[in-house]
This record gives sequence, C-alpha cells and structure tokens, in this order.
Amino acid sequence: MKRVVAREELCIGCRLCEIHCLVQHSKSKKIIKAFRDERDSIVPGVHVEEKGYVSFALQCRHCNDARCIDACMTGAMRRDPETGAVLCDEDKCVGCWMCIMVCPVGAIQMGADKHVASKCDLCIGAETPACVANCPNEAIVCEETDE
Amino acid sequence: MSRKPDYKDISGCAICGMMSETGALFSGEAIIRSISAMHERSNGLGGGFAAYGIYPEHKDHYALHVMYESEEAKRTASSFIARRLNIHHEETIPTHPIEVIRARPILHRYFVSVKPGELERNYDLSEDDIVVEVVMGINAGIGDAFVFSSGKNMGVFKGVGFPEDIGQFFRLEEYQGYIWTAHGRYPTNTTGWWGGAHPFGLLDWSVVHNGEISSYGINRRYLANFKYHCTLQTDTEVITYIFDLLIRKHGLPMEFACMAMAPPFWAQIERMPEEQREIAKAVRIVYGGALLNGPFSVLVGHSGGMIGLNDRIKLRPMVAARKDDMLFVASEEAAVREICAAPDRLWHAEGGVPIVGELKEGISAGSATPAKDALSVKVTEVS
Amino acid sequence: MRKWLIQPDFVVERDPDRCIQCQVCVRQCANDVHEYDSDEGLVFSDSTECVGCHRCATLCPTNAISIQRAHLEFRPNANWTWGAIRNLYKQAETGGVLLAGMGNDQDFPVYWDRLVLNASQVTNPSIDPLREPMELVTYLGRKPDRVEFARENGSLALATRLEMQLELQVPVMFSAMSYGSISYNASLALARAAKEAGTFANSGEGGLHDDFRQYGSNMIVQIASGRFGVDVDYLNAAGALEIKIGQGAKPGIGGHLPGEKVDAAISATRMIPKGTDALSPSPHHDIYSIEDLRQLIYALKEATRYTKPVSVKIAAVHNVAAIASGCVRAGADIVAIDGFRGGTGAAPTMIRNNVGIPIEFALAAVDSRLREEGIRNQASIVAAGGIRCSADVVKAIALGADAVYIGTAALVAMGCHLCQKCYTGKCNWGIATQDPYLTKRLNPKVATRRLVNLLRAWSLEIKEMMGGMGINAIESLRGNREHLRGVGLTDRELRILDVKAAGE
Repeated sequence: MKRVVAREELCIGCRLCEIHCLVQHSKSKKIIKAFRDERDSIVPGVHVEEKGYVSFALQCRHCNDARCIDACMTGAMRRDPETGAVLCDEDKCVGCWMCIMVCPVGAIQMGADKHVASKCDLCIGAETPACVANCPNEAIVCEETDE
Repeated sequence: MSRKPDYKDISGCAICGMMSETGALFSGEAIIRSISAMHERSNGLGGGFAAYGIYPEHKDHYALHVMYESEEAKRTASSFIARRLNIHHEETIPTHPIEVIRARPILHRYFVSVKPGELERNYDLSEDDIVVEVVMGINAGIGDAFVFSSGKNMGVFKGVGFPEDIGQFFRLEEYQGYIWTAHGRYPTNTTGWWGGAHPFGLLDWSVVHNGEISSYGINRRYLANFKYHCTLQTDTEVITYIFDLLIRKHGLPMEFACMAMAPPFWAQIERMPEEQREIAKAVRIVYGGALLNGPFSVLVGHSGGMIGLNDRIKLRPMVAARKDDMLFVASEEAAVREICAAPDRLWHAEGGVPIVGELKEGISAGSATPAKDALSVKVTEVS
Repeated sequence: MRKWLIQPDFVVERDPDRCIQCQVCVRQCANDVHEYDSDEGLVFSDSTECVGCHRCATLCPTNAISIQRAHLEFRPNANWTWGAIRNLYKQAETGGVLLAGMGNDQDFPVYWDRLVLNASQVTNPSIDPLREPMELVTYLGRKPDRVEFARENGSLALATRLEMQLELQVPVMFSAMSYGSISYNASLALARAAKEAGTFANSGEGGLHDDFRQYGSNMIVQIASGRFGVDVDYLNAAGALEIKIGQGAKPGIGGHLPGEKVDAAISATRMIPKGTDALSPSPHHDIYSIEDLRQLIYALKEATRYTKPVSVKIAAVHNVAAIASGCVRAGADIVAIDGFRGGTGAAPTMIRNNVGIPIEFALAAVDSRLREEGIRNQASIVAAGGIRCSADVVKAIALGADAVYIGTAALVAMGCHLCQKCYTGKCNWGIATQDPYLTKRLNPKVATRRLVNLLRAWSLEIKEMMGGMGINAIESLRGNREHLRGVGLTDRELRILDVKAAGE
C-alpha cells in the first residue's frame, strides 16, 4: 500500500505541495483558473508545518488504527479497501468535528464552507499524489509499506 | 618529380610478403607475380619491395639506397655520408628501361660501415644509432636527397608506378633473398614522389602498410619524445619508428611490442588471469602513445623474419598461409594462391594477433639451397 | 546612509494575469525581493536586491515571473561599458575591493569555439560506438618511458613496477570546490557522484569532513597555502593529494572564505575559529622556489608511504610551460592547469577578470614543452577553467590533456544560475551557502543524480565524437592535434596551439 512520507531535512518550505493539492482537487485542474475561481472553496489536504528553518509537509497518515473512523458518528469517515486510504464521504459528514479533535497529528481541517471535514485523500485515481509529483526538492515521497 | 608532400598521406593498397624460415634464397620473380594478382588494389602511383639476404658479398656493411633529384644533391649527400661512415663500395642501382616508369630520380647505393673514431666519440650511441643519425640528417637536412633503405644485407626498391612495373624496373628477378615483401599503392593525394611509396625502411626494418592510422597525430608526437623525427607525413614512417623504438631501443619482446600497438580491450584485460592482466595493463598504460588506432594491415620485415599485424577490430584484410618452410602473408587469398596453389594451411589473421615468421635458430640467411618448386608452379586449379 | 549611485542590476517582471499570489517566490528569495501585501492581497517585487538567480522564476508554478536586465540604459559607449561604470559607482560608495564569484565573465575570445573536430570518411571508416567497444578509461599518474621484462622459469614476467595510478572511467573529474565555499550537501553530492561514476572529486582547500571519508578513495584532497584541515589522516584518507599553488580565477593570491560562511562545522573541518574570514596566504610560505616545492611533494609522498599520486595545481599564467616543466621535475605525478575562466566562490573582480591566460593556450604550450623535453610521460596533465560541454573535453584531450576538471559545469548541473554572488553566502540554490534555511534546498540525492547524469551524457557524446574520428581508444585522441583545425585563428595562434587551419 502506498503511503506519502515527508522528509523534514529536505523540505524548503515553499508550499508548492499545498498549491498543487488545491489544483488537483479543483474542478478545472488548471492552476490559474483554479486559483482565480476556486481558491476560497478548497482547503488543501496537505499543509506545511514550519518553525525557523525546520519545515515539513503534513498530511493525513491514513493510520491503520484510524481514530477518526472510530470517532465519526455518521460513518462518513471510512477506509477505502483497495488503497487503504481513509476517506471522508462529504454527503454523510455533518460537521461535528469529532475527527478533527481526535486526529493525533492535526491533519484534518474544516472545509472551506465550514460544513464538512477536509483532508488528504491520497489523490485517489491519480498515478502519483500531487504533492509528491510537484515537490521541487523531492522532500515528499511515495513509499510502499506492507501494512 | 615532385617533392615531399606537406599534407598527410592516406592510402588504400595491396600488401604481400613471403619468407623461407630456413633461410632458403629465391628470386624476386615470385613476389612480383604475387603482387600483380592484386593489380586492382593499386592505382599506379606507387609500388615497392623489400628484400633480405640480397647482398651476401657485403653482408656486414650497411647498404644505403638513396634517391637524388640532382647531381648537386648527390655530391652534398655523398660527402655528408663520408664524414662519419666508410664507403666501401658505391654504384648506380641497376635498372631495366621500362617505358611506363617515368620521372626517374638518380638511384644510387653505398655499402658503408661506421668509422671507428665515430664510435669512440659517441660512446653512448651504437653503430645503428649513428647510421640512423646520418640517414635522418640527409632526409631532414639535404633537400632533393632521400635515403630509402639503410639495412645490412637487405634493400628497399620502390618508386612511382605499378608494383609489377617497379619490380621489373629494378631487375628484382636477378636478386636472391629469403624474405620478400611488396606493396602496391592507391594514394588519395597524387604526389608522384618516389620516396612516398612503400616500403618504408630504416636500418633493417621495412614496413608495408595498408590502412589509415587515425592516431597518427599522437604517434608522431610520441616518437618525437624519443628523438624520432617524422618528416614524411606517412603512417608507414611512424609504424617503422615505433617498431624500432619498442624492439631495438626498449628491448620489448615482439609479442608485447605488438600488444602495445594493437592492444586487447580493457574488458578483455579484466578477464585475463592475474599475471597476464598485469602485463597487459602495464603495457597499455605506458605505451598509450604507441597505440595504432584506425584500420591497418602491416607487414614488417627484419633480418630475423617478418610480422603481419592487423588492427584490433580488423578493418583491413590479411590472409596468411604456410607450406613447408615458407610463410606467405597477403591482402588477398588470390595473391597467395598465385604463387602457392596448395598451402598446408591458410587462414585469416585475427585482429590484434600478430602472424610471426622467424628464421630458425642457428641458420644464417642464405646458407640453404635455392627456391623450392612450390613457388614456380603456376595456378591451374584453386582448391 | 543610502548608497544612491548603486542601482539594481535586474528588474523583476510579474505577469499579473498569471500570478496567483501563491507566495512561493516570497518564501524562496533569500534577498527579500518579493513581499506579500495582505491588505492588497498581492505580491510585490522590489528589484533592488535581485541578483538574477532565477530561483523565484524557476519555482513559480505558473511561470509568471521574468527576470530582465535593468532597463536603465546608458548612452551606448564601447569604452565606458555598463559594467565599468557600475563598478565605479560601487567603489565610490563603498571604498572597497570589488568582489565577484564564479569565473571571468569578460568578452575575451573562447578558443574552444575556434577549434573544430575531424570525422573519418571513405579512406578510414568511422566506428559506431553503439555497436563497437569505445574506450574512455584513463590512468593518471607518473609513468615510466618503457616496460621491462625478465625471464622467469622460462616465461616472460613483468620487471617494471608501475607507480600508483588513478583509474578514471571517464576523463572528467570534479574540480576543487572547498567545503565552506559550497555547502555540505553540495560537497556530499560531488563525492558520491564521483564514486558512482568511477571518477574523482577534489575536496578543495577546505579539508575533508569526517562524513566524507568513506568516499576518500574517490577523492583528491588539497594542500593549499592555508593548509586547512591538513593532517596525516586527511592525507591517508584520499586517493590522491594535490598541492594547490594557484587557481585560474585568481592567479597569485590565495583562497578567500568570508566569515559569514564559517559556521561550527566549517570551523571544525578547517581547524579555524568560527566566524573568522578564512584567508589563505598568497604563496605557500614554505614554497618560495621550485626546490621548496620538491621538498613538499616528497614530504607528502613520505607521509603517505608513496601510495598516492601527488598532483600540483597551477594557474595558467604567462610562463606556464616552464613552471609545469619545473613541477614535473620536482616530482609531481599530475599537473593540473587552471585557465583564466576558472570559477571561485570569492575573488577580487579585477584579478578574476584580468589575470591569467586561456587554458587552451596553456594546455597546448605545456603539452608541447613536456614532449620537447622528453618528460611528457612523467606526469599526467589535467586541464580546467571553463570546460562547458563534451566537445570542449574532446578538444582539450586532443590538445594534450589526459583529463579535465569541471567546476562551474558541475555546479550548474546541480542548479547554479551563475549569478556570481557566491561570496554573500546567500545562494538561493543551496550550493554556495552555509545558511541552514538555504542548504536544505539542495537534495543530495537529486544533486548526485544530476551529476551522474551529466557525466553519463558527456561520456556518450565523447564516444560518438571519437567514433566519428575513427578512434576507439582515448589514448589515440590524447595529444592528437591532427584531429583539430582552427577557424578564425591567427597564424601565430595556430602556431602556438600547433594546430592546422581548416582547409589544410
């Protein structure tokens, strides 16, 4: 199962990962159009944590023992059987924010419209996750894990 | 007759050679027939021969063959020679009048030896070194004069014309030798200079060559390191000097001298057993400047025998054959079969692997009986 | 006090239709050129501090940024050029020595571009490198002029023992760039790439960091006038040693590492106090004459038990042929010659631009002189100073070099954009800096990959050119000036290079 791993010693804090995550999840998938029209309606699934010169990209770990799935009262948080990714079904999400509270790494955010939860979906359907493909320093990599 | 060219000579050609490993003597008639079988490989702008064992009555003297454009050049050179060498005998080189051989230079030969006083004064040089100095002094220093042969009991005969015509011109059927090599030339620069034909001779080395050495530029500069000055812009000159340097001056065994000139690939060297590998590596590292790159097929004659060598990726032909005590080497099988219809063994040379003909130990050249019948049998059937 | 006369070199132009205000440029510029105004919600650029490194333009996800030469046009003046005038303003405002990074950028002729190569046709077949072996393996070191054999038990055995040689899979090595002038990651990438590609990287005069000792067998360590980091372990860790007498960028003076770039790690490696300027003395203070050099060469050989070749690196100056000959006779196994286009992390601009001669002439002169003296086999020649491509390498070898060193080309392969501001320590590409925020930008894995790619690409091209000339072993190209012709060179230049003119 592929997982995305960030290397903090290589992260340059440019935040291109955030930008391309947004583009990947936009309707147009074109960067200029997406930023012009959809910037305020998408929250990127990855965000860069920074302190001084230490920085790294943080996204959902798609944990094996995902607490957000346990905490979700509507069952919106579920596991995709094929990739093992933890996905949020926006139709079922009621915005109770229990997932945000229990996430140990703080990878879940409130969606732009403040109604549903938003997080990394491992770019399901794409060959390579957008953050991995667009990091200029190869600080975010895809790794195969057995788990 | 035009002068030495100042541009690089390139030639496609024909070569052939034959020797008796027992030192049996035979006339130049056979070699002329052999080279004429390859007539199409030449264009009439150069032909030549080398013969060993042909001056038994002067066998301890150096035989200098010199070509002159003018009587004045002959006078100057003769006194230059006489300064350091004793001239025991000199004469015009005998020739037949052959209609097609035109623009002939003055052809002269001297039988010389080094003056004892010279050896004393130049105690760090050998007799050979002194003769080489005299030869190079004339070739580089006296315009219109060119020494084209300088060995003992051997001679180079060459000029502008098809080799079979040159052979007849120089009356080679009248000489008896135990090694004969021949060359027909197809130069792409129409110089028409007699000295440019092959073989190239220095001391008892003679080299005939078919090919183009792409490493010429560095081979020439490498030789300059050791005080060999190449003046002819020909590959044959550098090849001859490299043989002289590696074998006579550095004392390298023949197989390693050939290895320096046509070395195995590094990938092959890696697979060799350790001792062999160390040798090959050392030879390649030290003798990089002697590596002959580009296509070549050379036949080197010396008083002890002859060596045929192809470049390591075999871009030129070379066929060899043995019959009884005879060794034949040629650019084409037809040239061998012309004079030896049924050899005991005939094979194609391998790239980088020398074909070696050696005078058997204990035999002094010319002591055995004259030619075997195999040579005079005309080809009626090819097996 | 504002320095009024000093105006920006570059102007940043931002395409408003393409800029998405993502602020990547703001985060990436170490010179604070770009700024986000949250009230306006727009990114603004103040071109004053722009050095033209293109970091922002390269990373901009929409290619909205273009960097132009500043539009402040002077009246055309062939004598008082833009550069000359601006240098005067700088000096008037600061009273200081003009500093520059990288190599001579002045409009001198590039002689590589006036030499052309041969190809074989008809009389001599060219060789196809994709189907036939094409050998680039090169050995650097002292070689005897003959090999001797002895008869042992009936067979011939090697009697000559060769001195230690460096084996290179490709005749290109990485030039001396000190750890200090470049970052840890950059040094690491060079060492790793040298090992992977089967060649050598020169440590420069900054000493050898402990972490790099594992690559030591693929490294040439320098003993420069400052003797930074030199102790017996340093010497023994390396594949070869190099006494740096001079470098092409600044002949006659020593290395200069500004104090800003001397952090704790550099301090430990070089054995100097943190934050001090590392100024190498101009001469080695124990080499005032050629015999002193001989003494140092043999001291090094003794210290390493004659197991490592000793190289001497000299700058290309007027009597370089005589100097090189002296070095060879003093015991150098390799002579490295650095031409006036050689790069540096910091040098006085006047010296960088005006001192030294082109490597093409220096190389030709040294090779010819050593051959004339019959000592060419005693040392290998390595040429350096502005080698830009594989064709330059082939021409350098044809002129007589055994191998070349590349410095600037290697840095460019790692991302350098030749903004020439290395001495500020604010290299936006993470190469010529020690700032931890900036050094992260050079991923050693990516940099190594790029360097190995470069060497591989050049190897393939060199093989193609050699094959075209009908040569399948680099020994036959080395010093083979017959395969070069000059175009647009004077008679005198042709004579010095010992190269014929095209058409001859």
